[in-house]
Amino acid sequence: MSRFTPKVVTANRLIEGDAVYLCADDRWSVHHHEAELIEDEAHAQMRLLHANAQRGVVVGAYLADARPGPNGPEPVHFRERFRTVGPSNYPHGKQADQAHV
Amino acid sequence: MYDYTDFDEAFVRSRVAQFRGQVERRLDGSLTEDEFRPLRLMNGLYLQLHAYMLRVAIPYGTINPRQMRQLAMIADRWDKGYGHFTTRQNIQFNWPKLPDVPDILGALADVGMHAIQTSGNCVRNVTADHFAGAAADEIEDPRPYAELLRQWSTDHPEFQFLPRKFKIAITGAPNDRAVTRAHDIGLRMVRNDRGEAGFEVIVGGGLGRTPMIGTTVRDFLPVADLLPYVEAVLSVYNTLGRRDNKYKARIKITVHETGADEIARMIEARFAELRPLFGGADQALLAEIRQAFAPPAFRNAPVDAHEAARAADPVYRAWADTNLAPHRNDQYAIVTISLKAHGATPGDATSDQMRLIADLAETFGHSEIRISHEQNVILPHVHKSDLPALHAALSGARLGTANVGLISDIIACPGMDYCALATARSIPVAQEIATHFEALKLEHDIGPLKIKISGCINACGHHHVGHIGILGLDRAGVENYQITLGGDGSEDAAIGEKTGPGFAYDEIVPAIERILRAYLDLREGPGETFLMAWRRVGMAPFKAALYGEASNRHAA
Repeated sequence: MSRFTPKVVTANRLIEGDAVYLCADDRWSVHHHEAELIEDEAHAQMRLLHANAQRGVVVGAYLADARPGPNGPEPVHFRERFRTVGPSNYPHGKQADQAHV
Repeated sequence: MYDYTDFDEAFVRSRVAQFRGQVERRLDGSLTEDEFRPLRLMNGLYLQLHAYMLRVAIPYGTINPRQMRQLAMIADRWDKGYGHFTTRQNIQFNWPKLPDVPDILGALADVGMHAIQTSGNCVRNVTADHFAGAAADEIEDPRPYAELLRQWSTDHPEFQFLPRKFKIAITGAPNDRAVTRAHDIGLRMVRNDRGEAGFEVIVGGGLGRTPMIGTTVRDFLPVADLLPYVEAVLSVYNTLGRRDNKYKARIKITVHETGADEIARMIEARFAELRPLFGGADQALLAEIRQAFAPPAFRNAPVDAHEAARAADPVYRAWADTNLAPHRNDQYAIVTISLKAHGATPGDATSDQMRLIADLAETFGHSEIRISHEQNVILPHVHKSDLPALHAALSGARLGTANVGLISDIIACPGMDYCALATARSIPVAQEIATHFEALKLEHDIGPLKIKISGCINACGHHHVGHIGILGLDRAGVENYQITLGGDGSEDAAIGEKTGPGFAYDEIVPAIERILRAYLDLREGPGETFLMAWRRVGMAPFKAALYGEASNRHAA
């Protein structure tokens, strides 16, 4: 039996369209490190169902591979890493928003 | 240019009102995302990696100063102060918020613009030669035909649910600047033995995962037969095209599976049925449309200022040599404004740049502006005496880069910096190639060269027809870039050949440099362009430069 790769639930917000992550307390956070790191496959499916039910809040929820890090879950794939930051040609998106935090 | 009639205006306004209601119903929960998605896509609204993206059509690349200023206003008010001009003569806004989009569409309607049919399985924005109406080599301005096709295809009830999207390109000149051989339908104006103008009709070209050069199904189509013939092509495709497999749904696959002779026969048979149904209303409309594309009143004045500046100022001379093209009135020039300043994002213009371009078009360019599929802006009619002042004004706004047709004039799709479909980034690769060769001071030495970069197999960056094509892929969770050589988007269209294994993100710019140093070593002189040299020597020397001499021995 293959080991389950840990996951986070991610989606885009309906109104703003930006990438968000499902937290353990059911909030949607713009910060990947605040996401719930899901280490169990059955729980992952339950959390994805929960996300898909929030049709007025988020769009296109899916499970993305993640790994534990010192400040919380970190993305594994470069696509997910880009989603946590923003485009590389301008300081727009999350990197700009986070500069003010 | 063409101005909206009351009919166009009412149609676009009604679509804005419909979409406003659809967005309201999505936000109040009456519509699910599955129900809403096709509706937003019909209005050009995508959901991308970081935000929504709104794709606005610039029909056949023609836009006036008032419209350009409105795009600048939209960029400032609802986006982040810039827009991205695409390889299909559209503009994309990368950061709109869903509740604002109906207002944006309303602002577009205020200036006769829309985002209708910029997505979905319908006839998309008809693209045209960006030098249309001005080029010295042109038989006829193709834009009245493009406008006729736009009106015919907009909301055409038979063609709203085609097997897949459908792209038409048209050129009025024998030198193909519209990549007609890589479109679902390419229309290339030619003359017959009697000297009459007509179209060579090319069907089934396309890039993407199965790149194909189109097949000529008619060598000469009289211009009066354009609509019934195009309708016949669409009709045959709509019947035969595969709806069972998205990757086999484009007309290029239909042509391939049916056979070129058989599909041509079917098109002709359908055309014979349709032709009598066109009773001349299309030709009456075409005659009206033609009047909207009458050339401006050209000035007659000395051109000494241009010659003097060219002799005195090497910076101006470099710009004049690369960014000007021959106009059919030899007191005039066609000016290409480069949106490829070294290190800039290909195709991006700030709102300030858009407003300046609008002002300069009014002052120096008979108020005409074009957008090219190569992601630059064109002022098609500039009197040569005005060129020095125009160049000075452009240079002050990072718009005076003398690089059109050179290595840094790169086509690049948005790639994984924005696009949800992308498998790798393309913009930073383009930026680094441009700055790297600028630092080496090799750009003008290398001469004419088209590099085209796509961030996924769908090939929005036209990499297959780049002299050097770069395709960004995801190889086991790492960005990897495959190189093709020898592609050509002109009337001699060719699909590039893969060099071999791809290169990592930090290896791709050095790889391009090895190819170009090999070219500089082997060319017969500065007059032999990269593409000419490729056609003479083929892959072997470039493969050796990329992978070492051993690579060719293994391959043999």
